[in-house]
Parts: sequence; structure tokens; C-alpha cells
Amino acid sequence: MAGKHLNLTLKVWRQKGPKDQGGFVEYQAKNVSVDASFLEMLDAVNEEIIGKGEEPIAFDHDCREGICGACGFVIDGEAHGPMRTTTVCQLHMRNFNDGAVLTLEPFRAAAFPMIQDLMVNRSGLDRIISAGGYISANVGNAVDANANLVPKADADEAMSSATCIGCGACVAACKNASAALFTSAKISHMVLLPQGKVERQERAIRMVGAMDAEGFGACTTTGACEAACPKDIQLTNISRMNREFFSANMTKREKHKDGGAG
Amino acid sequence: MANKLDSKIPSGDIESKWSNAKFDYKLVNPANKRKHSVIVVGTGLAGASAAASLGELGYKVKAFCVHESPRRAHSVAAQGGINAAKNYQNDGDSTYRLFYDTVKGGDFRAREANVYRLAEVSANIIDQMVAQGVPFAREYGGTLANRSFGGAQVSRTFYARGQTGQQLLLGAYSEMMRQVDAGTVELRTRREMLDVVVIDGKARGIIVRNLLTGEIESHEADAVVIASGGYSNVFFLSTNAMNCAVTAAWKAHKRGAYFANPCYTQIHPTCIPVHGENQSKLTLMSESLRNDGRVWVPKAVGDKRHPSDIPESERDYYLERVYPSFGNLAPRDVASRQAKYRCDEGRGVNESGKAVYLDFADSIKRLGEDKISERYGNLFEMYDKITGDNPYKMPMRIYPAPHYTMGGLWVDYNLESTVPGLFIAGEANFSDHGANRLGASALMQGLADGYFVLPYTLGNYLGGTKLEKVTTTHDAFKSAADGVKQEISKMMGIKGNRTVDSIHKELGNIMWEYCGMGRNEAGLKKALQEIPKLKEEFWNNVRIPGEANYLNVELEKAGRVADFIELGELMCRDALERNESCGGHYREEYQVDGEAKRDDANFCHVAAWEYTGDNKPATRHKEELTFDNVHLATRSYK
Repeated sequence: MAGKHLNLTLKVWRQKGPKDQGGFVEYQAKNVSVDASFLEMLDAVNEEIIGKGEEPIAFDHDCREGICGACGFVIDGEAHGPMRTTTVCQLHMRNFNDGAVLTLEPFRAAAFPMIQDLMVNRSGLDRIISAGGYISANVGNAVDANANLVPKADADEAMSSATCIGCGACVAACKNASAALFTSAKISHMVLLPQGKVERQERAIRMVGAMDAEGFGACTTTGACEAACPKDIQLTNISRMNREFFSANMTKREKHKDGGAG
Repeated sequence: MANKLDSKIPSGDIESKWSNAKFDYKLVNPANKRKHSVIVVGTGLAGASAAASLGELGYKVKAFCVHESPRRAHSVAAQGGINAAKNYQNDGDSTYRLFYDTVKGGDFRAREANVYRLAEVSANIIDQMVAQGVPFAREYGGTLANRSFGGAQVSRTFYARGQTGQQLLLGAYSEMMRQVDAGTVELRTRREMLDVVVIDGKARGIIVRNLLTGEIESHEADAVVIASGGYSNVFFLSTNAMNCAVTAAWKAHKRGAYFANPCYTQIHPTCIPVHGENQSKLTLMSESLRNDGRVWVPKAVGDKRHPSDIPESERDYYLERVYPSFGNLAPRDVASRQAKYRCDEGRGVNESGKAVYLDFADSIKRLGEDKISERYGNLFEMYDKITGDNPYKMPMRIYPAPHYTMGGLWVDYNLESTVPGLFIAGEANFSDHGANRLGASALMQGLADGYFVLPYTLGNYLGGTKLEKVTTTHDAFKSAADGVKQEISKMMGIKGNRTVDSIHKELGNIMWEYCGMGRNEAGLKKALQEIPKLKEEFWNNVRIPGEANYLNVELEKAGRVADFIELGELMCRDALERNESCGGHYREEYQVDGEAKRDDANFCHVAAWEYTGDNKPATRHKEELTFDNVHLATRSYK
């Protein structure tokens, strides 16, 4: 494949700031190496744009290894583009045809306010984590790491849920802009482990509450999120979240008014 | 000036120093902790764990990061694992052995007391991370699994598939977000630190730019922690994330923090080779792959046959040949140099001749594809996506690339820089890895600093220091903020013809050519002529479109490149003055049969550079190193 080059037409969403009216602008990407990544192709387009004295296309990105979750936009209607389980930074140009016309848009969701061009504000996802996506274990309290045995199957399944990179593609792909896949991946990761069971009720109630409060939509299990997920997070996480949430609401105990003895 | 480099190593035997120090440290009572504020810059493993644990203790913490979310910090990309002296494998590991391996691995250029403490707290890190829910790999019996990493003959590396950094970072991030929820940590994202404010000789705050609005903000505190990572992006192409920069550390350096051993950079042996001119970064293939992968090149020069057509007898498994006792798990500096030698001999593979094979055929035959996929599946997939080759069928092609920087801001045993009240954690400091870091030790150090060291040493500072109340209306804040604004408007005003990236690439080429895997006097002197010219070019001819009062990515990049240029010059000077080879610093003049030749009589010291002003040569200070426990010896992995 080495040495092959492509020419592409890009229709890119340009929007200077949150309050501006955006629109599509057409650019030509010329002589793109098939070994380049999609973002490297955009880098080259940007160099040309800057050369003309214009402002480059803004997009979030950082590690360019598919793990940090910073990158992500929509290519021809698909979050992270056409390749399954692949972030846009790991999408390589050998997967495109010469002469293709591609439309690039930001992740659109009410809970992801617009920043600039292909960048949106996904901090709502951080606030969902802050509402309970943790195990309360202050430094100094830990017992020996092998004191609690974890069945390998549980550890492996927890790991599969924990691989979520928080990119927001699930939200962008969902017709209701639901964050159910994201939230359920964290709930699953924690509740599958013995350490995470202690706070399971409060976690489920608070994280689901935060998800709603942020303005993410309801889940109707269409599975669009799973199909768009670059880390192959499974829909079964959402079933588990629903189970956790219902069971927590039914069996939750009131906080003891007297607190502990002191 | 000599007393400025007081390393404050505690008294006692190496085994009791940390206990002694913790007992001697001043304490801050619980009611007073909430009166103290601490700024943490950076939210990778070191920063997030520091913010979380300081928040738990009750301090008022403000955490800053350039990212949209703290979870994006580059610690997330670490693949292979984290070391800890647990001896769960019953293979003879101990705190002392981890300490020994790390001092030796660092080629005797690290401070013994720091390294011992790191080894000592390593076991606590694993306990803590498991308690927080990090899903480490496990055996069928439910116990934790281990694998081996370079420079060690025991199996002490804990891992979560090939995503250990991600899982540890998410652990530390979760704990920090819990403190955000509890109100002890205030999080400010998309903020870049552009200056440290020093009042009465003590660090009392920072100036940041809000990357979304361009606003210049002032924040005051009783102490400042910088955990902003390393500076491998000085080479332009490295395995670091695109936003990794030296800027926070460099601004601190300009305010009086000495920069130690800038020439100690790690070139990682197993990265995916460069594909072409448009390449924006390089991707690491974890060192853990060398557990099951064998490194080789053809025996014959210029052998361009397909690897499967090259019979066993015509292959040179050079690491196994040269280092029979460590084999493919030779340390990174050694393995990288050997790869370079093979390619220099004309035996490299790939069209460029700049690659060697990492071959899994034997392991797949021995263990089956399923087992290999369980261990490294995500890495194999990543390799396939990037190169279009399937590593289950065809050996990986790899080449060394800049990956980590052992050098960094000088700190004493308490992780305090030469500016009182300014603490440096994680990769941003120089402390524990000497001239070469062993694999799976960066995650260990970041979490050790944040969870187990800073909570004590910062408490000691706050408990033992008289701090006047300051607010951001103080003149020092105003003048620092003005300085930042002036520098930004100066950059915006250049309106030249060169893009930021084109200048950064030029710097990267100079650094890789003259201050990369091999260095020599003539080359370094050449670089020291080229870099000031590039600095001129930058300040006269860089083009930053748009304005500074909203999100402007080119402006962000320009500021970082300006700092990299200055750092690059210091790296070359440091490399030129260190007339020896040690670890990742390989001066071609000082070698024995291609192995680094140290000069302990003249260079058994840390070089700590003091900033003396713009365009003035920095002053080199020395911290002598003594080795009372691991005796100075020529490092051998044969």
C-alpha cells in the first residue's frame, strides 16, 4: 500500500463560537498518503488553510492512539467514521477511496454545548462520574491487594466495561442523545468487583440522576451506541444499569438519622 | 549557591530513612488543613492522585489541566504495566531488589534515598489501586497476575491488558472526581499554566490562560504542585500526546526552579516506524511485548526478502545473542542502541531500512493465538490499524522513538524545587530514574509521588512555614499576568510566514539528529548554532491566525514551541558538558564496544541548571551523588 495517494473533498462544519451560526465549508485534501491517519490528513489541510492566512479547523485530539477519548466527530453521519471499534485518530486513509466526498460534523447533543468547529463540551460526562463513578477508598485504608480474591471472569468483564474512553460517540450516535452506555459502563465496571458492591445502590441512583440532570436523553435500546462505540462497550451494560437502578430504588434504606456513635 | 541544592536526605539506614522522615515531618492538625490551599497543575497520575489525596486530607485543592477532562491526561496511554515489589510470584523479589534494579537500570545517576522510598511504597500503590477498583489482570484462582519487564529478572509488573495507564488514570481520576463531589477539590479544565507567582521567595500562585475564552486568570495558594509531565515532544515526533509540553515546567524554571539533567531522554526501542512526511506522532508498542516477542534482523546486509522467506539460520536474534541473561528483556536504552547499530550496519528492514522485526511466531506456536490475543490483543489491533499488517501472521516492524524524559525540574527528597513551596511530581521532576527509566516504573513513580509522598512532604511545608495571607490583587500577580499578556500579544503580532508546526518539525529534526540516540561534541556544537537561529526565525516569522481572545489552537501550540526551543538549547548544552555516556545519554566518544562508558570520577552528579535571563547562558550546579548501598559498577546485562 505504501506510496499510494488520494484526493478527497471535505465538507466541514465551521462555527467560530458557541453563539455563531455555523455552516459547511468545502476543502480539498490533495495528495493524501494512504498511510496517514484521518487527523494527519486534517493536519495537512490545516497547514494549507493557515498558509492562506485563515483560521484552521478546530478539533479535539491528543494521544492519537485511540485511548484518551479526546477526539471524535461525525464523518458522513457516523460517529468516528466508517470503521467499527476505531476512533477517528486511528482511522487510516487506506480505508477511503480516491475522489471521495466526506462530510465532517461535530458530535451533536443538547448536553454537549458547541465550542468551535468540530469541538463540543463533553464535561457533562465528568459530572456523571463525579456523582458516583468511584469507590470511596481513602489512601491509607487499603488491605493487601490479594486479600480479596476476584474471580477471573468477573475481573475480565469489569475490565471490558472499564475500557470506555469517555469520547461521547454513544451520545452522538443515539437519536435521543442518551448517555446510558457511558454511565452503565462505569456502573458495571464497579459493581462487578467486590470492592464496588458496598456503594452500589447510592452509585446507581446518583449517576442515573446526574445523567438526567445533565440533559441526556432516555435510552430506548436501539443499540446505535454499541455500534458506534470505538471500544466495543456492550449493551448488556445498560441492562445491568437498569437492574441496579430499579433494585436500588426498591431496596434502598433510609439514612440512619442518629449516625454513628460518637 | 551550593546550599540551594540541599537534597535533604533523611538520616538513618536506607531502610529507615522514609520512616524517620515521616516521623520528623511537621503535621497540620485536621481543623487547620481546611485553611490551607494547594494548587495542582496537571491531572495525570501524579497530579490526580495528589489532588485526590490532599483533598481527602482536607486541604482546599484547585486542580488545573489543559484538557477538556482530567481523564485525557497522557498517563492514559501507558500500556504495559506498573511495577511493585509484592513478590506474589515467589520468585525472589523484595523492596531491596526493586531498589537495586532501579538504581542499576538508571545507570547510577539517581538519588539512592528517593529510589528506595519509591520501591518501599510500590506495594501500597497496588493495594490502593485495587481498593479503588482498578481491574488488574487476574489468575483463575482470583489472585493478581504479573508479567516481566525489561531490566529485571523477576515478574513484578501488574497490568490491565495493554491499557494499564488508562485503568490507573481512571482510578486516580475517579478518586479526584469524588473529592470534586465532596467540595475539597475545585477543578479547572482547559487552563494552561503560563507562570508561577513567587512572593517573598515562595510560590504563592499561578497565572493560567483559559483556553476557551483567552482570559488570563490569577489563582493564589499556599503551595503549588506542578505535575505537568515530560518534554519528549521537543523532538516533534515522539510517543507523547499532541498536547504534552514543557511549558508549565519551563515557566517554573524561569521563576527560579533549577532544571536537572535535561539531556536524559528515553528513546523507547519498540515503536511503530515513521511512515512519511505528514506523520504527527509515533505510537509505542508496549515493552511487555518483549515477554513473548523475539527481536531480529536478517544476518545478511541488504536482505530484502519477506520475513517468512528468511530461514531461521539466516536470522540474527541480536538481543538474545549479545545479552544472553536478559535476552529480549534488555533495558530500553540498551535495546534501542542495539536496534540503531543493526540498522546502521544496513541490516534494518522496511523500505527505509529503519526498522527491526518483533516476531511472535514462536510464542503463537507455543501458547496459541488465543493466549497471545488475551495478553496483547488491543496492541495487535492497534498495530494492524496503523500499519495495515496483521502481527499474528507477519512480524511487527519496530524502531526506537522518543518516549519519556528522565530529566526534569530538580527536587529535593521532599519533592520541593529550588523555589520554596513549589513542588514537582511525576515525570515533570527528575528524581527517581537516573539516566534511564525501567519499564513499568513511570506509573509507579507518578502514583507514589501523588498518593504517598506529597501528602506528607507538603504537610511538612505547610506546617512548618510562616505564610502571610496573599490575594491575587498583590502586585506580583498583576505583573506576572501582564508579562503573560505581553508575550501573547508579541506572538500574535509577528504575523510572519511560517506555521508553528513547520518550526516545531525543524526543531525536532535538529534534536533527533544531534541530541537523539547518539550524541557527539561536533554535533551538539552544531545544534547549539542552529537552535538560536531557529529561535530568531520563530520570533520574526511565525504565523498565528485569528485572535487571542477565544479558542486559538495555533496560539497554544506557538507558546509551547517557543518553550521547546529554549529547552532544546539547554538539553544540548547539558549533553555537551556531560562528557560521559550513561543510560539514555550516549556520547559516541565515550564507549566500550558500543556500551555506555560512565565517568564516575567526574560526572557522578546531577547537573541542575539555573536560569539567568533571556539569551543568557544558564548556570550549571552540581548535586554530588553517593552510592552507599548499590555499589558503583559497570552495568551489564550480559
